[in-house]
Amino acid sequence: MQRTQISAWLGVAPAWFVIGIFGVLPMLIMLGISFMVADPYGGVEPAYSHEAYIQFLFERDLDDSLIFNPIYLNIVLRSVGLAAITTALCLIVGLPVAYFIARQPESRRDVLILLITIPFWTNLLIRTYAWILILTRNGVVDARLQSVGFEAGTFDLLYTNTAVLIGLVYSYLPFMVLPLYASLEKMDFRLAEAASDLYANRWRVAWEVILPLAKPGIVAGCLLVFVPSIGAFIAPDLLGGGKRMMLGSLIYFQFATARNWPFGAAVSILLMAFVMLALLVYARVNKGQGLPAGGH
Amino acid sequence: MKPAVEAKSVSKIYETAGHAPVKALDNVSLAIAENEFFTLLGPSGCGKTTLLRLIAGFEFPNGGHILLQGQDIAHLPPDKRPVNTVFQHYALFPHMTVAQNVAFGLRMLKRPQAEIGDSVRQALALVKMEAYGARRPSQLSGGQQQRVAFARAIAPHPKVLLLDEPLSALDLKLRQAMRLELKRLQRETGITFIFVTHDQEEALTMSDRIAVMSAGHVQQVGEPLAIYESPVNRFVADFIGDSNFLDGAVVKTAKGGALIKVAPNFLIETSAAGAAKGDKVSLALRPEKITLAQPVKGLPRGVVREAVYIGNSTTYMVEIDGGIGVTVRESNSLSGQSHFAVGDRVGVVVEAGAARLLAG
Ligand SMILES: Nc1ncnc2c1ncn2[C@@H]1O[C@H](COP(=O)(O)OP(=O)(O)O)[C@@H](O)[C@H]1O
Ligand SMILES: [Mg+2]
Repeated sequence: MQRTQISAWLGVAPAWFVIGIFGVLPMLIMLGISFMVADPYGGVEPAYSHEAYIQFLFERDLDDSLIFNPIYLNIVLRSVGLAAITTALCLIVGLPVAYFIARQPESRRDVLILLITIPFWTNLLIRTYAWILILTRNGVVDARLQSVGFEAGTFDLLYTNTAVLIGLVYSYLPFMVLPLYASLEKMDFRLAEAASDLYANRWRVAWEVILPLAKPGIVAGCLLVFVPSIGAFIAPDLLGGGKRMMLGSLIYFQFATARNWPFGAAVSILLMAFVMLALLVYARVNKGQGLPAGGH
Repeated sequence: MKPAVEAKSVSKIYETAGHAPVKALDNVSLAIAENEFFTLLGPSGCGKTTLLRLIAGFEFPNGGHILLQGQDIAHLPPDKRPVNTVFQHYALFPHMTVAQNVAFGLRMLKRPQAEIGDSVRQALALVKMEAYGARRPSQLSGGQQQRVAFARAIAPHPKVLLLDEPLSALDLKLRQAMRLELKRLQRETGITFIFVTHDQEEALTMSDRIAVMSAGHVQQVGEPLAIYESPVNRFVADFIGDSNFLDGAVVKTAKGGALIKVAPNFLIETSAAGAAKGDKVSLALRPEKITLAQPVKGLPRGVVREAVYIGNSTTYMVEIDGGIGVTVRESNSLSGQSHFAVGDRVGVVVEAGAARLLAG
């Protein structure tokens, strides 16, 4: 019995090693840095301080008293808001796309799914730069619409929340479509037929049968879009022009430009805590429902 | 009274890219009466499911009309047709309880909550599943799922219930029990049943009338007795029960009867059905309608070539002098013995009217 226990341990040891090195260790380092003092030339000085967490909510007056400073909280709210809207838009766009693909003949489905993943073949940074050309004043959209009578600059969308949203939806849409497709693809569409036989019109079929059965895919897709877009920094930075800062760009800014590693680390930890809280709530809500993913 | 369902020259062709078009139904006409237990019987692929799907509204005919109580329903989508289906694969909603499944149709029809509760209870009671309302379909056996599928389809009190081989997934004992059950349910609810099966025994035991189908055509429509005793053609005679097929020529006709010679010393008397002297005809003769006797003079005689014991009866292959062979089924003696053995010489008795003249 002893021996089987030991060999069982040895069996999973590589997994623990990988999780430890690539998962736990970096987080511990981050946690450590967030409780240190910033070195103005970059890096940290090895001294304890929780100043970074105070800085998140307060400013220090000349006489060292704390004044509430909502600027970072605003960034959090904007990030959560943009991420939520991004998730909703991805769901609204992604559902019909995934449904359409799932209803195609099998041979065509694989091709369409391949097409969905094609953007991944190019770097996100480059693809986001392309959006600058599309959204800028006299850019692709603006110029086209000028030719049908709109004034120049009417569709100068660059450096707006709209541009950031477009960029985010564009970046994360495949992460919504793929899990949705996975759950729709194995769904028994004869159930939709049964529902319409029982007097459900098209909308009721979608609402009563297809959506509930696609729920695991919807939840997975929403998580896969919401979590990364709350910490996104490429789209907010390039398309929001840094004016529309989000948590991701704030963290990036603290490490790369402001040289305040402890503060950057503290924001990262807070972001992570928030995401984990969201996951916990989700797990709680979903517990015990035991929904099968599809037909029988 | 108008028929509950009427198909008028209905055709259905499936076009699939890269395949030759399939003519699943070819000019099918049927009239199914109110409160009838009507069965579509035929081998797999003959178009039974297609006809049900046309009535339910999942497919649209390429030609012809489908009438429900005299009204053309071509323009109505499935959710607007007062027709419910018991699917071959049950298609119960896995994310709902049994009670929610049964309530689904009534809920879509926006019936009052109290009425839904009552109807669900009634429907579940009808199939003896009251105790299972809170279960999920995945927690039920195949037979129980079948009952729930039935309750779900019947709860909204449709005008017509379509049943697509609902018993085919059940084991033999359960299937036999469910036959009687379905028959009882049809009587109690007074709903018109259109029942699909490829099992002739199922069709014969349950139906008021049967339509025998093959390759997209209706071959014969009639009561079970008529289908069994008077098959109109070789396909029907062959598909329903066992038959000997004998070719011969009409040697004499008189008073609506005809004498047909199928072998030199083997004459069979049947009803004439328009045959004239000299015509070449085919006869269908059920094995149990032939009796074996001692090889006395005046009877067609032959030799038993094979005897297969099947419990209460024995099936004999008899080679009649002059070349033709017939299959005969006879009850065994009280002690269970077969009356004849391989190699015995026997006489063959065919009563007048035992054989059927086949068309075509
Ligand atoms: N959706 C479809 N597409 C193409 N061919 C079909 C389709 N459904 C049925 N068929 C063909 O139509 C014929 C009749 O099928 P069906 O009505 O299912 O027969 P049954 O229910 O009597 O077994 C078969 O040859 C079948 O292959
Ligand atoms: Mg079928």
